[in-house]
Amino acid sequence: MGIAGCSDTDDGGDAEITDQTLTLTTTTSTYDTGLVDELNLAFEERFGAGVAAVNEGTGAALETGRRGDADVVLVHARALEDEFIREGYGVNRRDLMYNDFVVVGPDDDPAGIDGLDEVTEAFRAIAESESVFVSRGDSSGTHTKELELWDAAGLDPGGEWYREAGSGMGQVLVQADQSSGYTLADRATYRSMRSQLSLGIRVEGPIEDGPELLANPYGIVAVNPAVHDTVEYDLALAYIGFLTSRAGQDVIESYTVEGEQLFFPRSLSAEPNFEQYVPEDWTREVD
Amino acid sequence: MVGAIVELATVPLVEFPFESNYVRSIIYVSLYVSLTAVVLSTLVSLPVAMLVGFAEFPGRRLAIALINTGMGLPSVVVGLAVLFLVSNQGPLGSFDLVFTKEAMIMSQFVLATPVITGVSLAAVTGVDDGVRDASYALGGTRLDVALVTITEARYGIATGVLAGLGRAISEVGSVLIVGGNIAGADGTAITRTLTTAIQLEARQGRFELALLLGGILLVLVLLVNAVVLRLGGGRV
Repeated sequence: MGIAGCSDTDDGGDAEITDQTLTLTTTTSTYDTGLVDELNLAFEERFGAGVAAVNEGTGAALETGRRGDADVVLVHARALEDEFIREGYGVNRRDLMYNDFVVVGPDDDPAGIDGLDEVTEAFRAIAESESVFVSRGDSSGTHTKELELWDAAGLDPGGEWYREAGSGMGQVLVQADQSSGYTLADRATYRSMRSQLSLGIRVEGPIEDGPELLANPYGIVAVNPAVHDTVEYDLALAYIGFLTSRAGQDVIESYTVEGEQLFFPRSLSAEPNFEQYVPEDWTREVD
Repeated sequence: MVGAIVELATVPLVEFPFESNYVRSIIYVSLYVSLTAVVLSTLVSLPVAMLVGFAEFPGRRLAIALINTGMGLPSVVVGLAVLFLVSNQGPLGSFDLVFTKEAMIMSQFVLATPVITGVSLAAVTGVDDGVRDASYALGGTRLDVALVTITEARYGIATGVLAGLGRAISEVGSVLIVGGNIAGADGTAITRTLTTAIQLEARQGRFELALLLGGILLVLVLLVNAVVLRLGGGRV
C-alpha cells in the first residue's frame, strides 16, 4: 500500500517511481485500437511513472521480452506465452481481458461459409473452393491462431489462393478487402476499421455465440528479474496490478470505438483461477 | 534551427486531423535524429574521404569498394545489427540505449556515412590538381591544402550531405526496429518519426493520413535542402 496510498493531493503518487519509465511491448491489436494509450494514461495518472509502449506482433513482443529490452509483455497467444514462462523469461502471468476472432469475407461469399457453426468447416470450404485467403504471416497472435485453426481443420494451406501478407491486421484487412478475400481478424481491429471495408463477418466468434475455438484471450506477463536484472520489475508488477485491478478493468470495460466495446475485462474473479499463472497444461510432477 | 523549422512546418496545419502536439513532436524527433546523425556522419565522412582520396595506403581500393557497398546497405539489416549492439544483452547493453533516439541516431549514422563519404570522395578527388599544387607552392601545410580542397569541392560535398540526409530521414526499417515507434499516451512522440508514423497509419489502412504525413516529410526535406544549399553558396 506504500504507493500513492495516502495522498489526497492527487499529485501522481510516490516520488520514488515517478522518474522511471516502464517499457511495455504489446500487440498491434491493443495498440492500434487505442486501448493501450487509454490504459497508460490512467496508469500514469495513478503512479506518475511513464509507459513507453512498443507495438509488435506477439512473437516479436515476446522476443523483445526475452532479450530483456521490455519490462512487461501484453500479448494474445497462450501457447507462446506459456513457452515464454516455461523458458523462465516470464513470471507472474495474469489473464487480462478477452475478445474474439471473426472470419471476415466479401459479401458474395464465394466459399459459401456465411453462418456456419464450425470455423473448421468454414476453413475447409475456403480451401476447397480455393477462395482468396489473406494470412497475416507474421508470427502474431492472430497468425498463431489462424495456423491452429488450419491444423484443427486438418489442412495445410498453400497455393495461389493462400496469400501470406507479412503485415499487421489493418493492412491485411485492407488487402483482403481489395482482393475480395477472406481473413481471420480480431474483432476489435475489424470493428475499428469496419467503416472503410466492404468485408462482413462470415463466422462469428464466441462473443456473438460463435465457436469457442475463436476465443481471443489476452495475457500480461512480467519479465523475470532473475534472468534480466535490469528490468523494472517492481514497476512492471505495479502495471500488472493496476491493469488487473477494478480501476484498470473499468478502463477496458468502458473503452469503446464508434460506440462499440472492443475488449472485455477478465481479471476480476472470486475464483482462484490458478491456470492463469502457469502454462495451461502444467501439472505438479508427483513422484 | 530545429525549433524554427518545426514552427514553420506546423503553421499551416491548423485544420489537421492530428493534434498539433503529436505532429510537432514527430517532426521534432525526425529532425533531431536525422540532423544529428548527418552532422556526425559528415564529421567522420570528410576526413575519411580526404584520406581515401589522397593518401596512398594498402587496401585503398578495398576501402573504396566498402564505401560504395555501404551505400546499398538495407536499413533493416542495419537496424538489426544496431539492435543487437544496444540490446540489453548486447555489448552496449549497459547503456540502456534500446528504444531511444540515441540508438536511432546510431543506425542512421551507419546508413548516412557511406553515402556522404562516397559522394564527398568523388567531389574531392574531382578537384583540379592545379589547385592543390598551387596551395602547396604557396607554402600551405597539409591541413591548408585539405581545407582548400574541401572549399573547392563544397558543392559536391553539400550534395553528399543532402543525399545522406535523404537516406537518413526517409528510412523506416532501422528506426522502427531500434526506436520502437514509441509515442507517449498523451500523444507526444518519443521515438516516433514521420516515417514510422506513416507506416503506422498505413498499417491501419488510413492511407490518406499516411499520405498527408508523407507530404509533410517532403516539405521538411525541401526546407532543409534550401537551408543547406544556402549555406553551401546556392550554386548547386
